[in-house]
Amino acid sequence: MGIVQGDQMILNIGPQHPSTHGVLRLEVRTDGEIVSEIKPHLGYLHRCFEKHSENVTYEQVIPFTDRCDYLASMNSNFGYVVAMEELMEIKVPERVDYIRIIMGELNRIASHLLALGVYGLDIGAFTPFLYMFRDRERILDMFELTCGARLLYNYMWVGGVSHDLPKDFEKICIGFLDYFEPQIKEYNNLLTYNKIFIERTADVGVIPADVAVSYGVTGPNLRGSGVKWDVRKDEPYSIYDRFEFDIPVGEGQFGTLGDCFDRYWVRMLEISQSVKILRQALKDIPDGNVHQALPKKIRPPKGSVYRRTESPRGDLGYYIVSDGTPVPYRVKMRSPAFTALSCLDEVSRGWMISDVIAILGSLDIVLGEIDR
Amino acid sequence: MTSAEIKAVLEHQFPAAMVENEDLTEKQVELKGNQWLEIATFIKNDPDLSFDQLECITGYDTGEDGPLQTRYNLHSMEHRHKIEVVISHNRENPNVASIEQLWRIGDWFERETYDMFGIVYEGHRDLRRILCPDDWEGWPLRKDYEGQETYHGIVVQKMKEEEGWE
Amino acid sequence: MGVLENKFQDNVIVASLDKLLGWARSTSPWYFQFGLACCAIEMMASAASRHDLERIGMMPRSSPRQADVMIVAGTVTMKMALRVKKLYEQMADPKYVISMGSCATSGGPYWQHGYHVLKGVDLVVPVDVYVPGCPPRPEALIEGLLKLQEKIQTERPLTRKSA
Repeated sequence: MGIVQGDQMILNIGPQHPSTHGVLRLEVRTDGEIVSEIKPHLGYLHRCFEKHSENVTYEQVIPFTDRCDYLASMNSNFGYVVAMEELMEIKVPERVDYIRIIMGELNRIASHLLALGVYGLDIGAFTPFLYMFRDRERILDMFELTCGARLLYNYMWVGGVSHDLPKDFEKICIGFLDYFEPQIKEYNNLLTYNKIFIERTADVGVIPADVAVSYGVTGPNLRGSGVKWDVRKDEPYSIYDRFEFDIPVGEGQFGTLGDCFDRYWVRMLEISQSVKILRQALKDIPDGNVHQALPKKIRPPKGSVYRRTESPRGDLGYYIVSDGTPVPYRVKMRSPAFTALSCLDEVSRGWMISDVIAILGSLDIVLGEIDR
Repeated sequence: MTSAEIKAVLEHQFPAAMVENEDLTEKQVELKGNQWLEIATFIKNDPDLSFDQLECITGYDTGEDGPLQTRYNLHSMEHRHKIEVVISHNRENPNVASIEQLWRIGDWFERETYDMFGIVYEGHRDLRRILCPDDWEGWPLRKDYEGQETYHGIVVQKMKEEEGWE
Repeated sequence: MGVLENKFQDNVIVASLDKLLGWARSTSPWYFQFGLACCAIEMMASAASRHDLERIGMMPRSSPRQADVMIVAGTVTMKMALRVKKLYEQMADPKYVISMGSCATSGGPYWQHGYHVLKGVDLVVPVDVYVPGCPPRPEALIEGLLKLQEKIQTERPLTRKSA
């Protein structure tokens, strides 16, 4: 960090701090209240995902992908199985595709609810957190009904899913959506149009589009900067090309394009889009056997694949190399939160310390995925 | 552009840098390390290629005495095409030019690959370990890695194949 | 109560000071809001709506100096282990530790190849209650906290022999 000169001082935030969303340490060099440089220190949750993948069989990697992005485990599984199916050239039954999309989108809503609720908490609003957790619990109940787990599911397998949907799931899910849609309006009244919230987030921490692309920022953070890029639309995987939905992008309605508010607002709009996808999927879901395409032995041919999918945090990529044995030779996870965090230094320079918390919260990072 | 067309452009511009490797798929291209910064600058700025997004950098160990590799997944937001560049390094002294100033995300990706494989990216302004602690020993994702016994007095317990727990 | 029975008015309770202290200390242990990994999300879920930890007197504190209980929620890595120890040392006595989830208890799924994972937080700090599960459900965590309250209640701080 160099020599501390003049009135400068170094402030350590974390690794134990309620608003670093886990175990992240920020070494902040400040001049009074104004931040002049931030050095993030990672690795406090480095759990050796890639080393484990090289030592267990292909199907045993799936539980570890769960634990990487623990807020959106379904999407984590989804990325891995999509990459594996591309490597092995498996075609899954249509019902499986539909189930995966239903689960993926439900998990996206749950993840965004947590991200937005905790963001409110960071900014100083406690109530939205409780409201959003209330509705998130209902989604977790549906997951529990389907696969028995609340947080880490191990639900999607290569070539299928572990269990078929329970009886009446469609009815339960539609019932939830009917309940949930009016709640979005409630969140907006509670948090989005709150004067204090807008003051804290609008015009703060602007990420220009070219900087975002250069730093590999993806997902809602990139769309907040006005770039229309969504892997679900631009490189469709599974059967996302069948559904009709919009890609919300930031508009800078309360300040500059690409500020914290835009990133927040894109997530809020994405929740409604996920509801839209869910309704279509629940209407068209066909019957079928979900275990039909499960391979007896997972032994992919020699070769490598890089496939990315859209997780709630952005482009989640898996690089898998197979040497023809049942154990992967190399699995690399390209984590969206890792790339989003890397731009924190550049974005926060010149802002106050309290704004750093607002910027960090708006990036929606998950440390499990950053450190892997 | 398709991968074959991109390869043809590269071969035309940098004929000396191409390496034949039969193990790679058609989406991958292997290059020599000595011209890498020049090639990277070209493929980023050339209007027909314009690879503005660095998707991923993967370190790779080809096994016992084989070379280490760095694999770059590049994507163009403008033209929507992609290519994977592979560069091999010798095992004793793995080094290659850093592309950290071209794609800013290269900064952390290169630090991660350095941390896991010990590949040195020359010209990187802040090449430190990123995930493991600064005083960690060894390069964890190399195939010949042996974990350390203790770390600051804490025993790193290991499972031994036959004997069970230490 | 033997001799003391019926000697006082109805609203007076007679107890030994030792027991009284144990009772008072057990009913509101404030926990240290200290999330490490996946289990932290379940810890948050138990503090939020539906499960609501505050109804059993548990309130999150962000500073170790105000907390009585440290819930180690998640995987402890080598890099974090020394910090966990430091945080434990910063807490004021009496202090308790709950190891939540299999990672904190034994390394969990990372026990075999996790070169950077601490195989059990009890290698660096003493643990009072282990809560199994990966991750434990909020109900399981609440059960663990109630078990801890029972344990605190049986303690006799005044008659305890000093070491």
